[in-house]
Amino acid sequence: MGKRAVFYLALIIFMIIAPFVFPVFKTQLATVWLMIIVALTWDMTGGQMGYNSLGNITFYGTGMYVAAVVTIALAYDVGEYTGSSGGGIYEFTDGQYFTGMFLGMLAAGLFCSVVAVVIGYITFGLRGPYFAIGTLGVAIAAGELVSNWDWVGGGQGIALPVYPGDFENGKILFYFLFAATGVALFLFLKWLYTTRFGAAINAIRDDEEKAEAMGIHTLQYKLATWAMAAFFVGVAGAISAFQLIHFEPLESAYQTINLGIFMVVCALLGGKGTLWGPVVGAILFHVFKEVTWTYLLGWQWVALGVLIVATVVYFEGGVVGWLMERKPHWFSLPAKADEAAGDDQS
Amino acid sequence: MEQFASNFGLLLQFPVVNLKIVIDGVMIGALFALAAYGLALVWGVMNVKNLAQGDFVIAGGYICWWLSEKGLPALLGVPVAFLVMAGIGWVIYKVVIRRVIDRDLFTTLLATFGLAIIMAQMLNLIFGSDTQSVDLGYETLYFIDGFIDVPIAKLLGVLMAGSLAIGVVLFMKYSRMGQAIRATAQDARAARVLGINTDRVYAFTFSLNAAICGAAGAIIVMVWVIQPFYGITHSVRAFVIVTAAGLGNLPGVIAAGLGIGVLEQYGAHIFGIGYQQAIAVLLLLLVLIFRLLQQRRVRQSLQ
Repeated sequence: MGKRAVFYLALIIFMIIAPFVFPVFKTQLATVWLMIIVALTWDMTGGQMGYNSLGNITFYGTGMYVAAVVTIALAYDVGEYTGSSGGGIYEFTDGQYFTGMFLGMLAAGLFCSVVAVVIGYITFGLRGPYFAIGTLGVAIAAGELVSNWDWVGGGQGIALPVYPGDFENGKILFYFLFAATGVALFLFLKWLYTTRFGAAINAIRDDEEKAEAMGIHTLQYKLATWAMAAFFVGVAGAISAFQLIHFEPLESAYQTINLGIFMVVCALLGGKGTLWGPVVGAILFHVFKEVTWTYLLGWQWVALGVLIVATVVYFEGGVVGWLMERKPHWFSLPAKADEAAGDDQS
Repeated sequence: MEQFASNFGLLLQFPVVNLKIVIDGVMIGALFALAAYGLALVWGVMNVKNLAQGDFVIAGGYICWWLSEKGLPALLGVPVAFLVMAGIGWVIYKVVIRRVIDRDLFTTLLATFGLAIIMAQMLNLIFGSDTQSVDLGYETLYFIDGFIDVPIAKLLGVLMAGSLAIGVVLFMKYSRMGQAIRATAQDARAARVLGINTDRVYAFTFSLNAAICGAAGAIIVMVWVIQPFYGITHSVRAFVIVTAAGLGNLPGVIAAGLGIGVLEQYGAHIFGIGYQQAIAVLLLLLVLIFRLLQQRRVRQSLQ
């Protein structure tokens, strides 16, 4: 246990001092946390429950919009604010900004949970690839609809007030907001996967018909899991909205082919169905992405596509899956771990 | 909202507008049906849901456009796109699809999605992100006091799509390879036992699909526009059509293809062209929900 405690302690210390040690990379580090959050939440349904969603980005975009609308609505009329598209002068006091941010995050999370239940009620009857395509359809449709909805700014998007005070301090605040959400999510999942609930969703992944026959209300479990995932994605979206200041529907909020796919790749790269997999995958993926974005001018997307294909085709278990095979004692697994043992916990 | 209502009112006021929309929809829907037929083929034979379908279409379109830019006759682009895409499809099968074919379906979905990203971005890098089209320079026919305009190029496109579809159907029915493909679709294991090299059948099916898509794209560039990132919409359409029609149901695929073409034209007329992608996606959701309700009825009857 000693080693493990040291490991966690070192991680926490690194997490806290990272934005001060690497001041240039504050926003990058915050984005790593964002990737960790979305990858972990994707893995809740994709890895642990066997429902591969391609539409979790819906909650990210919706969270952004809910947070923005809540913040604006506290001070001004939303339609007027978005209608002026930067023309009018709208001042936000510090108090309005921070209450807006706090309430916005909360509202975003809760609203996204409700959205998840509603969408899930329709889509969870779909199995396998139909679920993936259906949720992808939901995400694309949501983006298109919002971008044609003038009350929230239409295709122009929404501009939020800038962080009052020092810009660099704002970056640190956003880093810690993301980090706190990420840690909370990680600890929550670490606990959740050991409970009866975790066992139930794993049962749904392994064989849904049998799980149902054993008396598990599969639809309720599926809706609850997705709602929990949506809550955290919504909160992350809300933080992103304040961090980006200005966002527009198709490129930054409902970015189906960017973040919407990245989260899946993160989870697969790290190893889906494990607790640490999405975390490791998100960090590796973000590093890969930033390196290619910097050095492969123009070809970065092709490199990314190749990474996706290579991960999916040649690297099935992901990094953590591969490590589990090689170093089972790191995960307190029996030395000759069979396939099933790798699925539960890390 | 009033805008939509007035657009809708226009349809009732001038019935001839409906006719124009239906004709336009049928002509473009024939091409959707072609791409969807390729998807149904791959889906039915090797159980691969190819999300790069639309990008095969767009790639075919760019081949045709590139030829016509070089001064060659654009109509030559259709067979050239067919052959080139067949080669590309074969390579993709050997490198990627072969390795995911017996893995779970989400894996194939994601792998082909990765392929879609690669293809769209390569096209973007090579040809630029502008929308392109090829003008064949044919006249336009007018009917009913000029209310209905039918460009000869579009008629020619429908004709080519039709003859290609007939060719593929005849091939599937009478050729040795076509028989082998159908046998593999029915029972791959039994086909292997009977001496059919299923790996070759799969490779052939996938490259045939890419070729059909390429030819469809070459026709689309002559009657419509293409752009590197339009692929995903074509993929979604193909999925709508196949999901609505069911596998191995050729008349269904054609009917669904024409239907979605007409519905999209109506949607574009009522809601404006900006909603085109949203309409394709919403149709997909509607079809999926409809299928779901059907299944639910089946499950209830079991209780």
